[in-house]
Amino acid sequence: MTNVDLSRIQFAFTSINHFFFVPVTIGLAFLTALLQTAWYRTKLEEYLRLTRFFGTLLLINVAIGVVTGLVQEFQFGMNWGAYSRLVGNIFGAPLAMEGLGAFFLESVFLGLWLFGWDRLSRKVHLLTIWAVSFGSAFSAMFILAANSWMQHPVGYTMVNGKPVLNDIWAVFTNPVFLWGYAKVLFAALTTGTAVMLAVSAWQLRHGGDRGVFGRSARMSIYILIPAILFTMLVGDELGVIEGRYQPMKIAAAEAQWTTCQPCSFSLFQIGGGNNDQTPTEIIAIPHLLSLLATNHWNGKVQGLTPLNQQYNKQFGPGNYVPNVFIQYWGMRAMAYGGVLVLLIALWGLWAIRRKTLATSRVFLWVATWAAVLPFLMNTAGWLLTESGRQPWLVQGIMLTKNGVSPTVSVTWLWISLVFFIVLYGTLGTVDLLLMLKYSREQLPPARTAADADKPVPAIQY
Amino acid sequence: MSALVPFWFIVIAILWTGFFILEGFDFGVGMLHGVIAKSDSGRRAAINTIGPLWDGNEVWLICAGAAMFAAFPGWYATMFSGMYLALALLLGTLIIRGVAFEYRGKRDATGWRHTWDWLLTIGSLLSPLLIGIALADLLHGLPIDSNQNFTGSFWDLLQPYAVFAGVTLVLVCLLHGATFLCLKTTGEMLARSGRVARVVAPFTGAFVIGFIVWTHVTAGTAFFLNLIELLAVIAAIAAVWLTFEHREGWAFVATTITMASCILTIFVDLYPNVMVSSTSAANNLTVNNTASPHYSLTAMTVVVVVFLPLVLLYQAWTYYVFRRRVSESEFHGPPRPRTPADEDTGSPAPRLRPPSHRASHRKT
Repeated sequence: MTNVDLSRIQFAFTSINHFFFVPVTIGLAFLTALLQTAWYRTKLEEYLRLTRFFGTLLLINVAIGVVTGLVQEFQFGMNWGAYSRLVGNIFGAPLAMEGLGAFFLESVFLGLWLFGWDRLSRKVHLLTIWAVSFGSAFSAMFILAANSWMQHPVGYTMVNGKPVLNDIWAVFTNPVFLWGYAKVLFAALTTGTAVMLAVSAWQLRHGGDRGVFGRSARMSIYILIPAILFTMLVGDELGVIEGRYQPMKIAAAEAQWTTCQPCSFSLFQIGGGNNDQTPTEIIAIPHLLSLLATNHWNGKVQGLTPLNQQYNKQFGPGNYVPNVFIQYWGMRAMAYGGVLVLLIALWGLWAIRRKTLATSRVFLWVATWAAVLPFLMNTAGWLLTESGRQPWLVQGIMLTKNGVSPTVSVTWLWISLVFFIVLYGTLGTVDLLLMLKYSREQLPPARTAADADKPVPAIQY
Repeated sequence: MSALVPFWFIVIAILWTGFFILEGFDFGVGMLHGVIAKSDSGRRAAINTIGPLWDGNEVWLICAGAAMFAAFPGWYATMFSGMYLALALLLGTLIIRGVAFEYRGKRDATGWRHTWDWLLTIGSLLSPLLIGIALADLLHGLPIDSNQNFTGSFWDLLQPYAVFAGVTLVLVCLLHGATFLCLKTTGEMLARSGRVARVVAPFTGAFVIGFIVWTHVTAGTAFFLNLIELLAVIAAIAAVWLTFEHREGWAFVATTITMASCILTIFVDLYPNVMVSSTSAANNLTVNNTASPHYSLTAMTVVVVVFLPLVLLYQAWTYYVFRRRVSESEFHGPPRPRTPADEDTGSPAPRLRPPSHRASHRKT
C-alpha cells in the first residue's frame, strides 16, 4: 500500500470512530439540558433522576469524544502536510475559531456542570448544561464549515496557484455548509434520542421504574419523529445542492453511468460498480432520482461517463469517478435506515396512544436494538460525503494524492495506523461496555422530602 | 509582511504558555496522585482537585495547534509531519490520560482502578516530556530541506538539548503540581504534598537554570541573558526557596512564573524563526515564509480579540467556584453502593451512582 492509501485509511478510521461519539454528545447534551430544564420548572423528582442518569452517559461519551477530536486536529499536519500548507489559511481558520469560540465553552462548562451541583445556584447550574449543549453544537458548526469548503470551495482567489481566503463570510454562508450543518444537527438529535429511547426501553423491559423511564421513553419518541423527518428532508435538499457542485457524487450514488432524464431510483441492484457494465436493477422507481437530485419531476442527472470526459478536458487526464460501490450503498444505508427509524418511532407513538408503551415487549425489544441504526446511518452518510469527493481532496483545487505529507514514510504510517487501531479498539470497547453497564444501572434514588431543599451532590470522579 | 504576523506569533506563544501554566499542574497532579495518597479515597481526592478543571485546560493545547495551522500553515505542516511518530505517541499519552480521569471511578474494582492510575501517571509523565522535546527541537534545529520538508529520522528528534528540555519541563510540572496540591488538599495529603515539593524543588531549580543556559547558548544571539531568561532563573530560585519556607501560595506563584518564562524563553529565542534548519540556515522556517496572508490573519484576529478575554473570564470564574480544598474524608469508602439509608445519616460522601440491585432488574 502506498502512503496515500495508508493516510486515507488512517484518517477514515479515526474520523469514523470520532463521529460515533460526536452525535451522541451533541444529542444527549441537548436532551440532558431539556430534562434539567423540566426539573427546574416543575421540581418533579423524576426529571432530576433522569437528568443525572443520562448525564452520566453523556459524560462517558464526552471523555472519548474529546480525546479522539485531538487526533483529528493533529492529523492534518501529520498526514496531510502538503494539504495543510496549501489551504491552512482557509481551512485552518474555522478550526482555530472552533477552539476559541466553542470548544472552550463546552469543556469549561462541562466541568462546572458536573462538579457544580452543590456550588452553584439552581438557575446558574441549569445555564451551565445549556452552555455545554450550545458549545458542542457550535463546535460542529466550525468543523462543518471547514469540511464544506473542501466539498465546495468558496470565498477565495488563486494567487500564484494557491488559494487565498478573501471572504470569510462566504465560507460561513456556503450552501453546502448551511444544509450540511442542519443535517448534522438533526442527525445528532436523532442519534441522541435513539440512544435515550433504547436505554429507556431496555429499562422498561427489565423492571426499571415505569413512571420515570416511561416518561423518558415518551419524550424520546416525541422528539425522534420530527428529528428523523427533518434529517431526511434536509438530507434530500443537501443531495440537490451537492448534485449541483459535485455531480459525480450524486451520479455515483445511483451508479448512473449515462446521463438520464427523467431518472429512476433503484431500490436494489446487482453489478454496475465498474465501468459501463449495465446493472441489474431489481426494483426501479421512476422519476425518484430526478426528484431527489434536482427537486424536479423530470430533472436531468448527468452520468459518470460524460462527467469524467468533461473533467478530463478541464483538469487533465485521469479518472475522476469516486468508488461507486460505497456511494451506491452508502446512500441506501442512510435512506433505508432513516425510513426504519421513522417507522419504529411511529410505532412508538401508536403504542403511546394505546397506552401500551411500557408493556409492549416486542416494541421495547425493537426500540432497544434500533439504537444501532443511527450510528450506521451516520457512518454511511460520512462515507458518502467524503468518498464521494474523491479523487479530490479539495474539489477542483487539489487531488488527494497530492495532499499527503511527502516525507512521512510508509513504515511510519504502518506504525501509527496499527497504534491507533489498537488504541481505539481498546478504548472503544471499554466505552461501549461502560455505556452498557451504566445504561443498565438503576436510577439514582429519589430524594426524601427532607432532602428536597438541600443541594444536589456533585458528580465527581 | 502583514503587521499581524508578529502578533500571531505572540498569540501562539501565549497559547502554549497558557497551556503549560494550567495543564502543567494537571500533569503534576497526574504524576503525583499515587505518591501523595496511600489509599483509593486519597487518590480520588487528588484527582478531584483537578476534576472540574483539566478538560478546559487541555483546550489551550487544541487552540495552540489550531492557531499554528491557521496562522502559520507552513510551520504547522513541517512540524507535525516531521515529528510524526513522536506526536502519534503524544496523542496516545494524552488520550489514555484523558479517559483515565473519567473511567477510573466507573467501576468498583481494584485492578481496574490500579490500571487507570498507572495509565494516568504514565500519560501525565510522557505528555510534557514529549511536548518539551518537540518545542526544544524547534530551536535546536532539525534537518529541513529547501522545500520546508523534514528530512531526518525519528532519532533526530532526540537531541540531548531537547531531551534535557523535556526532562526540565517534567520537573517543573512536578513542582507546579505539588505546590498546587499543597493549596488544594488537607491533612496527611497536604503534608505529603509539601514533602514531595521539597524533594523535587532542588532538582527543578537546577534543571531550569541548566535549561536556560543551554537554551541561551543554543540560540546564540547575545552574551547576556535576556529579560525573560533572567526571569526564569529568578523565579526558579524563588520557587525553591519559597517551597522550603512553606509559603505555598507564593511558591505556586513562583512555579507559575517559572513555567511561563521557560516556555516563553523558547519562543522569544526562536523569533523570527519558527523552526531552525540544521541542514542550512537558508532553509530556516521563519514567521514570514510560513505565515498566512493578511486577510486570514485579520479574520482570526477579530475572533481572538473577542473570544480570548471571554474565555479567560469564564475559566477564571471556574477556578473561583472550585477554589475550596478537597479532603480525603469526602471520598471514604467505595464510590458505590449508596443506599437511601446513607442519606438519612447525612453521609457527606457525594456519589455518582446508586446501588446496582441486579436482582430487581430480573425479568418479571
